[in-house]
Amino acid sequence: MTAVAPASFRTCPTTGLRVHSQADLLIKAHAVAATVSLLVGGIAAVLVLLTRWQLIHLLPADWFYRVLTVHGMSMLIFFIIFFEMAVLYFAGPVVLNCRVPAPWLAWIAFALMAGGALLVEWMMWAGRADVLFTSYPPLRADPLFYLGIILFAVGALVATGQFFAALVVAKRERTYEGSVPLVTFGAATAAIIAVITLLHGAAVYIPTFLWSLGLMNMDPEVYRLIWWGLGHSSQQINVAAMVSIWYLLGALTIGSVVLNEKISRTAFVLYVLFISMASAHHLLVDPGFSPAWKVWNTSYAMYLAVLASMVHGFTVPAGMEAGMRLRGYTKGLFEWLRRAPWGDPGFSALVFSVIIFGFLGGITGVTFGTEQINIIAHNTFRIPGHFHATVVGGTALAFMGVTYYVIPLIFRKQVAFWPLARIQPYLFAAGMALFSSAMMFAGTFGVPRRHYDISFADAPFDVQLSPAVDVIIGAMAVGGLLASVGGAIYIVVTVWSVFLGKRLPVPATAATLARGYGIPGGVLNPPKPLPPGDVDHRGLSKGTIVLVAVFLVAFIAYYFVNWKLLSAVWRVG
Amino acid sequence: MNSGLQSPRGIWWKPAGKAERVWVQIAFAWCIVLFAMMPLWHFKGSQNPAGIRGKVDPGAFARRTEEFVAAYRVGEENGMAIVEPPAGADVYLLGRMWSWEPILRLRKGVQYTLHLSSVDVNHGFSLSPVNLNFQVVPGYDYGLRITPTAAGDFRIVCNEFCGINHHAMVGRVIVIDDAAAPRGAP
Repeated sequence: MTAVAPASFRTCPTTGLRVHSQADLLIKAHAVAATVSLLVGGIAAVLVLLTRWQLIHLLPADWFYRVLTVHGMSMLIFFIIFFEMAVLYFAGPVVLNCRVPAPWLAWIAFALMAGGALLVEWMMWAGRADVLFTSYPPLRADPLFYLGIILFAVGALVATGQFFAALVVAKRERTYEGSVPLVTFGAATAAIIAVITLLHGAAVYIPTFLWSLGLMNMDPEVYRLIWWGLGHSSQQINVAAMVSIWYLLGALTIGSVVLNEKISRTAFVLYVLFISMASAHHLLVDPGFSPAWKVWNTSYAMYLAVLASMVHGFTVPAGMEAGMRLRGYTKGLFEWLRRAPWGDPGFSALVFSVIIFGFLGGITGVTFGTEQINIIAHNTFRIPGHFHATVVGGTALAFMGVTYYVIPLIFRKQVAFWPLARIQPYLFAAGMALFSSAMMFAGTFGVPRRHYDISFADAPFDVQLSPAVDVIIGAMAVGGLLASVGGAIYIVVTVWSVFLGKRLPVPATAATLARGYGIPGGVLNPPKPLPPGDVDHRGLSKGTIVLVAVFLVAFIAYYFVNWKLLSAVWRVG
Repeated sequence: MNSGLQSPRGIWWKPAGKAERVWVQIAFAWCIVLFAMMPLWHFKGSQNPAGIRGKVDPGAFARRTEEFVAAYRVGEENGMAIVEPPAGADVYLLGRMWSWEPILRLRKGVQYTLHLSSVDVNHGFSLSPVNLNFQVVPGYDYGLRITPTAAGDFRIVCNEFCGINHHAMVGRVIVIDDAAAPRGAP
């Protein structure tokens, strides 16, 4: 083993973690790239929304589909994956107190990702890739579009490798004692799923690149199968990363505890084992696959990944409840929730993320992903309604919440426009909840997704959708605009804080902060440490039991209502 | 107890508390119900996406559609054939950029085998306002045994992006009820 170059470290005054300067820089670079992607995707989102809102119908058809392509790629690939790489540099080197294993390689990975993203953006805005996010052949884009995605994926794969290497380095250099923390364990499952996902990406985009050059043939159904191994599995990286951030935010904001490491970690392992089967969710009403294949794969074997999410849906709030109860908030069922720091944007974002992901995203996702119920959901507005609840209301909101902690803890800055930052999660959550609920409701009337004009003005036959649809789309637009305001506040706050804002004073107290600036309560007054050792579990999760009971009833009701709806349509088999 | 940010010391593989254990059991039982419903509906339900699935050359599918139109043609609207197949017939519906061909006239309560395919890119068969959706993939023949359960004048909206005029791709299905007055007939 060659000598390791002396690395420069600082000690975080809040968490006590030793942070490698390269980890600091890499997290900053990825966070900035993620925010730029979010800005591009967000502008596209508003343009798409104002076009689908028939009252305004802003863009012409070609620009609608172009901007929709930009929205999908910028958000679902660039924003999310840049942010997740930042999460991996945090959960690896920072949480484990170790150095970044090979900074030069990490920067090459970042350059590949950034270069690939720029190439793809160029192709899309130039109108050379009007193929939407899925780019189903035989629709054809410029070969450089596929090349850009390949470069991005290779970069992300190398960056993920840095995380795995950090696990080895930390173990060998003994930078932590005992087992890795749960947050790192969860991030490791996200990283494993990322490898699975990115390999699917290579398996589908390298042949597609060759096909676009005229060098080989491409079966449209095989493409759909493998592409969704990328397209859906990449959303499962989000799930694993988001759940890790739930545990992280719980720990930072109110001192959540892990009730049982075995349960939480086993649930993460279930994600790794089963969640990548979800490619099938997109192929349930396709001609290429048998019912047995569809049933087995769409259910992740036997809903074992759903089981994992339901477990986290218990352990995350129960860990929060126990953390609060052990610090004295023991009255009744919900004092721990009532007296929680609702003015801390990290906390409110965490709670709304859990609720929107579970109630709006999770329940609907399982229901629409049922083989037969998919007949009344496939490619309707129900589908984007579902995944805006999971990816935006769930994942993106959790990422936003953790950003308010990243700004002081990693960037060493105060959070600018603090009063706005405090209400940002409320605006964003309310907007996304309304937006995605209305979108799903419109979908039950057969409103198609990815469609320029549901007034069907240019169609050879008139199409009469239910008159309720106009009203529902109006509600969707209001929700979408509200969420856009929330998104814009997030971008302004983060960009201002990081580039124009004030440094974090030492020591950081309420008195030393600049006017209009703030930092989250978890940084200002970290939750007081609990005595080590086991405690009696009884009564620690009373409130959570009520919450998950409500969830289960909602789940059962929604699921069977959809079977009822299905039984009313034409007989088909 | 440690937080999610702290390393657990020693052996953490310990029995869970009662609340967690019971929740895992309830959740698992619910997952089994979710799973069982799908095979059950194949036996007891009337809506399944099974169908007759096979590969087909796009040119061959287009020829079958032409033969089908020639055999059962009953009229024309806006230059597009209206086709009224007999009960139990193999019905062909062809998606292409940016139309569904031909116009179909079916009977309520009668079963047909509806073959869906495309000659160019992916399309989406979405029967409006019933909200019945299937993916239409070039090179693949999806033969669905369908039985209209209501009379009326229906539309087929394309709900898979298929190019610049995707939003104008609308077809028509007329379902007539022999028992009732011939409303809905063109």
